[in-house]
Amino acid sequence: MTGVRVLAGTRKGAFILTSDGGRDRWEVSGPHFAGWEIYHVKGSPADPDRLFASQSSGWSGQVIQRSDDGGQTWVPVGNQFAYDGTPGTHQWYDGTPHPWEFERVWHLEPSLDDPDTVWAGVEDAGLFRSRDGGQSWQEMPALRGHKSGPSWQPGAGGMCLHTILLDQSAPGRMFAAISAAGAFRSDDDGQSWRPINRGLQSEGIPDPDAEVGHCVHRLAMHPERPGVLFMQKHWDVMRSDDAGESWREVSGNLPTDFGFPIDVHAHEPDTVYVVPITSDAEHFPPEGKLRVYRSRTGGDDWEPLTRGLPQEHCYVNVLRDAMAVDTMDSCGVYFGTTGGQVYASANAGDTWAPIVRDLPAVLSVEVQTLS
Amino acid sequence: MIRVVLPAHLRTLARIDGEIRLDIAGPVTQRSVLDALEASYPVLRGTIRDHDSGPRRAFIRFFACEQDLSHEPPDALLPGPVAVGTEPYLIVGAMAGG
Repeated sequence: MTGVRVLAGTRKGAFILTSDGGRDRWEVSGPHFAGWEIYHVKGSPADPDRLFASQSSGWSGQVIQRSDDGGQTWVPVGNQFAYDGTPGTHQWYDGTPHPWEFERVWHLEPSLDDPDTVWAGVEDAGLFRSRDGGQSWQEMPALRGHKSGPSWQPGAGGMCLHTILLDQSAPGRMFAAISAAGAFRSDDDGQSWRPINRGLQSEGIPDPDAEVGHCVHRLAMHPERPGVLFMQKHWDVMRSDDAGESWREVSGNLPTDFGFPIDVHAHEPDTVYVVPITSDAEHFPPEGKLRVYRSRTGGDDWEPLTRGLPQEHCYVNVLRDAMAVDTMDSCGVYFGTTGGQVYASANAGDTWAPIVRDLPAVLSVEVQTLS
Repeated sequence: MIRVVLPAHLRTLARIDGEIRLDIAGPVTQRSVLDALEASYPVLRGTIRDHDSGPRRAFIRFFACEQDLSHEPPDALLPGPVAVGTEPYLIVGAMAGG
């Protein structure tokens, strides 16, 4: 089959949405794991039928599910995420030391070339890796063990490691982002890490050169131009042209530079998408109009994309892991909302249509292009 | 034979219907019941108590014979009717969290 498979994680289960290359008629499967929060579902680039899902609840904690048949059946795998050694403390909201405590897996990032290897970003911020298909998990302790770790503080949503980017062009290079510590880079497959936050400016941090303490919401990278990174920060949309060594603001003419997701067109490395949100106090689109903004110049100049999206009385949010692109010839763009809609565009954002309208609040959206 | 009742979302996770019946050699305590439960259904490890016989998760409660046993020591003997299987041991999701 040639087509796409959209993996949506929601507050009350996972949904799998499939379509052929036309992307105008969809089959909906779910809810899988009904009643549980599904923070993320993602497929292995090395074996598209292998999917991993992060399933959790306040009552019963963390479960990791794996499918080896594209989401038709699932098997629970390992759910023990034990921090390496004595965990120590980070800063709590009030500045006091607080013990590192595992809460949940926010993000699962399967290896680019090994279907048995998958990375997990967790709250409280830490990076874990499984090399046996999710059966067992080991912390990669150098990230949490960075000398700045005891000073990290949670963002409003918790102290989560929410972004993991694997660089296919440079073996061993990967990026991670933590709210509210910032962005980090490893050049040795996660064995060591350093902050890459030079150029970020965050209200409330008195030191303009602060190494950490920035509330990075999301990072994005085009796989064929890995030195260029895009970032949606709490406020500000940022760009780096040197793999994170330095950043400059590219918010340009956006109506607001607050938001959560950011993504890059599959075939045009300078075409970038964001969803501006009014503010950190008003987590909904400006003027009640749901608009994706697209830049075709790598930032600074942005155009609103509105055709097919509600342009009045819309007060949903789009969360950080809830946008994805497919790799069809005409790039598809997808995002999910806290109102339960999953929107799709089969023409790079020119027009949109809802695949589904009434899911539970959408936490994450990923897409697989199937051949 | 010990009878154990799980909350609905854990029955779904463990793929079971109705009560679970466990054979336990030796003293019938909360720890021995949970050890036997997790041995029979490894997927439940970490979902009722922390891994490796750790404490009860905050929003999970234990009841039997109309008593709340949630704060009882894990090695205290369970009530006689539970030990002989006339009353079930109830693992309950607390009514909190939405």
